[in-house]
Amino acid sequence: MLSAENRYDRDLCTNVRPPGWCNPRPRDPYHLLIIGAGPAGLVAARAAAERGARVALIERDRLGGDCLNYGCVPSKPLIRSSRLYAEMRNADNYGVRVPADIQIDFPKAMERMRRIRMRVGRTDSASLLMAEGIDVFFGAARFISGDAVEVGGARLRFKKAMIATGARAMVPSIPGLAEAGYLTSESAFDLSVLPRSLLVIGGGPIGCELAQAFCRFGVRTVIAHKEPYFLPCEERDAAQMVADTMARDGVEIHLNAAAVKVRVEGATKYVETINDGTTVTIAVDQILTGIGRLPTVEGLGLEVAGVAYDAENGVQVDDFLRTTNRCIYAAGDVCLEHKFTDTADASARIVVHNALLLGRQRLSALTIPWCTYTDPEIAHVGLYVRQARERGIPVKTFTVPMHDVDRAVADGEEDGFVKLHVREGTDRILGATVVARHAGEMINGISLAMVAGIGLRTIARVIHTYPTQAEAIRMAAHAYMRTRRSPVMRWLQRQWINW
Amino acid sequence: MWNAVVRWRRNSGLTQPRVGDPLSATLSAEGRSDDTLLDRLQRAAFDYFPRTVNPLNGLVPDTTRKGAPSSIAVVGLALSAYPVGVERGWMERAEAVHRTLAALQFFLHSDQSGGVQATGHRGFYFHFLDMDRGTRVWLSELSLIDTAMLMAGVLTAATYFTAETSEETELRRLAEALYRRVEWRWAQREGSAVTHGWKPEWGFLNYGWEGYSEAILLYVLGLGSPTYPLTDQSYPAWTVTYQWENLYGHDFLYAGPLFIHQFSHAWLDFRGIRDQFMREKNCDYFENSRRATYVQREYAMRNPHCYTGYTQNCWGISAGEGPSAAPRFVAGRRQAFLGYAARGVPYGPDDGTIAGSSTVSSLVFAPEIVLPALRNMVRGASGGDDRWIRASGFNQTVCEADLSDWVSNGEFGLDQGILVLMIENYRSGLLWRLGRGNPYLRTGLRRAGFRGGWLSC
Repeated sequence: MLSAENRYDRDLCTNVRPPGWCNPRPRDPYHLLIIGAGPAGLVAARAAAERGARVALIERDRLGGDCLNYGCVPSKPLIRSSRLYAEMRNADNYGVRVPADIQIDFPKAMERMRRIRMRVGRTDSASLLMAEGIDVFFGAARFISGDAVEVGGARLRFKKAMIATGARAMVPSIPGLAEAGYLTSESAFDLSVLPRSLLVIGGGPIGCELAQAFCRFGVRTVIAHKEPYFLPCEERDAAQMVADTMARDGVEIHLNAAAVKVRVEGATKYVETINDGTTVTIAVDQILTGIGRLPTVEGLGLEVAGVAYDAENGVQVDDFLRTTNRCIYAAGDVCLEHKFTDTADASARIVVHNALLLGRQRLSALTIPWCTYTDPEIAHVGLYVRQARERGIPVKTFTVPMHDVDRAVADGEEDGFVKLHVREGTDRILGATVVARHAGEMINGISLAMVAGIGLRTIARVIHTYPTQAEAIRMAAHAYMRTRRSPVMRWLQRQWINW
Repeated sequence: MWNAVVRWRRNSGLTQPRVGDPLSATLSAEGRSDDTLLDRLQRAAFDYFPRTVNPLNGLVPDTTRKGAPSSIAVVGLALSAYPVGVERGWMERAEAVHRTLAALQFFLHSDQSGGVQATGHRGFYFHFLDMDRGTRVWLSELSLIDTAMLMAGVLTAATYFTAETSEETELRRLAEALYRRVEWRWAQREGSAVTHGWKPEWGFLNYGWEGYSEAILLYVLGLGSPTYPLTDQSYPAWTVTYQWENLYGHDFLYAGPLFIHQFSHAWLDFRGIRDQFMREKNCDYFENSRRATYVQREYAMRNPHCYTGYTQNCWGISAGEGPSAAPRFVAGRRQAFLGYAARGVPYGPDDGTIAGSSTVSSLVFAPEIVLPALRNMVRGASGGDDRWIRASGFNQTVCEADLSDWVSNGEFGLDQGILVLMIENYRSGLLWRLGRGNPYLRTGLRRAGFRGGWLSC
């Protein structure tokens, strides 16, 4: 009998990489041929098929890509389990007694992760896609000309193609690291036993999410980040707040610390780091690298197809997501700076529109939010203050700390804030950063306002359910409204009321 | 003695009055006028310098703790405090000149090789120096901001000691030579902004100045240099990182720790002068510090982490020493205690530690809320002394073994220096007058884009 672990993975494979799969007979030329069946590829294939296009979807590994198999989907159940464990240890604060010896059952947490991944993967199964009229091919694809691809010995011609091969975990070149062995954000989900200690190399979003989760599971966790700032892409206050929370969880954060050498003695890995000339050696059981992701561009024959690319930035595209071959487009992580599932989805829809319907939709018109799923989460949309100022846009920020929000206080989730960046003198939102337990949920309302051109005056008029943490957004809008009343207006109002 | 009083109070059932109690507000002045209170406090802070200085080289220790090295920033504060001492009659002019000359001569003739045990490099100095030998300790960095504070003191001395005596003439010559020697432009890095520092083992530090900070003094001094000035692009490259925020109903240029809103103001009179950013915001840095002071009080009144003692008359979250106690639960939250750290509002870190010197150093900006806080802190510190104000920090959430509040041991030179200078600016404006009279500071301000007010004269 299969273990649950194997059963869920087998079921997942049945959906996303069916054993014994026979590629269909090509119905070329395809209106749209897609290389890569991650989020971008799947969205584009379905959107094109819905419009009556003949679509070929080629995947060399598993349908669903990184998101389903190694990224967003499996990480969230683990984060949830670790958060629950952390909350249980703090349950007494909420008037809830738990047994003194609560323990983490890591294999069971991993089993839950596999079950959820399998369940989410059902919607992306090869058989479902075939039923939707999409020809699914498994195998490594390679351009053999500007209008044809070879996969599994078959030649597939296309009118338009889309490259959506995604990205893979970047591994730092540190002497001794390969010999010592390491985990990446992909292989971390294969762990069956919790390490006692873990060094995370990299203080970016992926590293931070996993570091906090493992630390909460009871693993002694150290982050070594070579930059002077934690979460370097985020606003300093947001990053600092998360750093403080992680420190309270017990994560040791070494900033400005470059890992330069790894050696192994017995079962222990020793990692040398240098911080402004000072060498520190960190001893751990496991190393996890989380320094970012590189676009997958190798082995695609892009030169043959006349598609320009480079190893760091991926496939070169214009604002319409067209590559240097006018019949070939790209979407998702392989070409975008913002390597997020939602952005891959949006970019794929642009490609379908532009490639098949003579559309002129632009990537630059997208309003792209993102979220780092630490606890608290950091979510951002639009411009940062610095970006606005560099463009000469006068900007003012309306800040509401979560400790001023009743629901956050009630929930014991006061670490955080809502910052709305507004063009000075107007109510137009330029960008926003939210740090909160559910910042990723809260940012969506702000994104909607930005896309729809809704300003703070309108938001201030919208009744927000009370008590909710999203009320912080309304409070920021009211703060804006208070600044609208000039001293003269205030004086007149007082006179009128007291008349 | 102090502990005995606390024990007696607790044993006798008389609880120690908490800062912010309505009762303490009425009793705290104990008959002393504000000026008397300030005079005593300022004098006590001033005494740190003559009491701890090494008369042979003019170096002043970072703290009163045994074996503490000298901090060059504290030397800068000492050089600025001596004129205050002379004006207040706390120090003979000749002694002030003597101590100033000792420091200037030491720095001018110090090892500038940039070696691991040198004193400085390219006119900058290592952050911490051995009190006797004047050589680098603790692998400290060649610090730009601390050199700036040292140079602010050097220029203050040169502007104050203007007598045509041989000693004061020599003092001015040395000061000029030291300031002219600083190669500010060397420290400009990527994007024209200035780096934090340099180490002989490593080179330039990765850190840059991001967001509003005390670095405004550094930029003004660097821009005013007649020899190695910062380029015109440097100041905008830094100010582009500013954040103008509306928080707790106040519009202000955000910076979390209170000291950031104070240190540049010890030497530079920002009243009525504005750079491009402040012109856009219809504000100036002085007014900004006033608002930041109010934001600090607002935060303490909200007291989101439920720390003991935070009230409308007990606030001031800044850099300073707090307890290094083991983490414990405070109001249901596991709280770590940070030791020496830069604390700030509203995003933290905050572990319940108040830096009393930072509260009082806002006196010049918002006396209407600082004086009540000062009186309450004096009252609160068990016996009406200035212990809470002159200590680097105090924490009423963490209690010592004898159940008294935690108070940082000894004195820190930075705290004493900023107290002396900011109280003096409140009382007489002496440091501001000296700053306004210094041509290099005026040039630096103008090159940074400041206009209006006294700069127009």
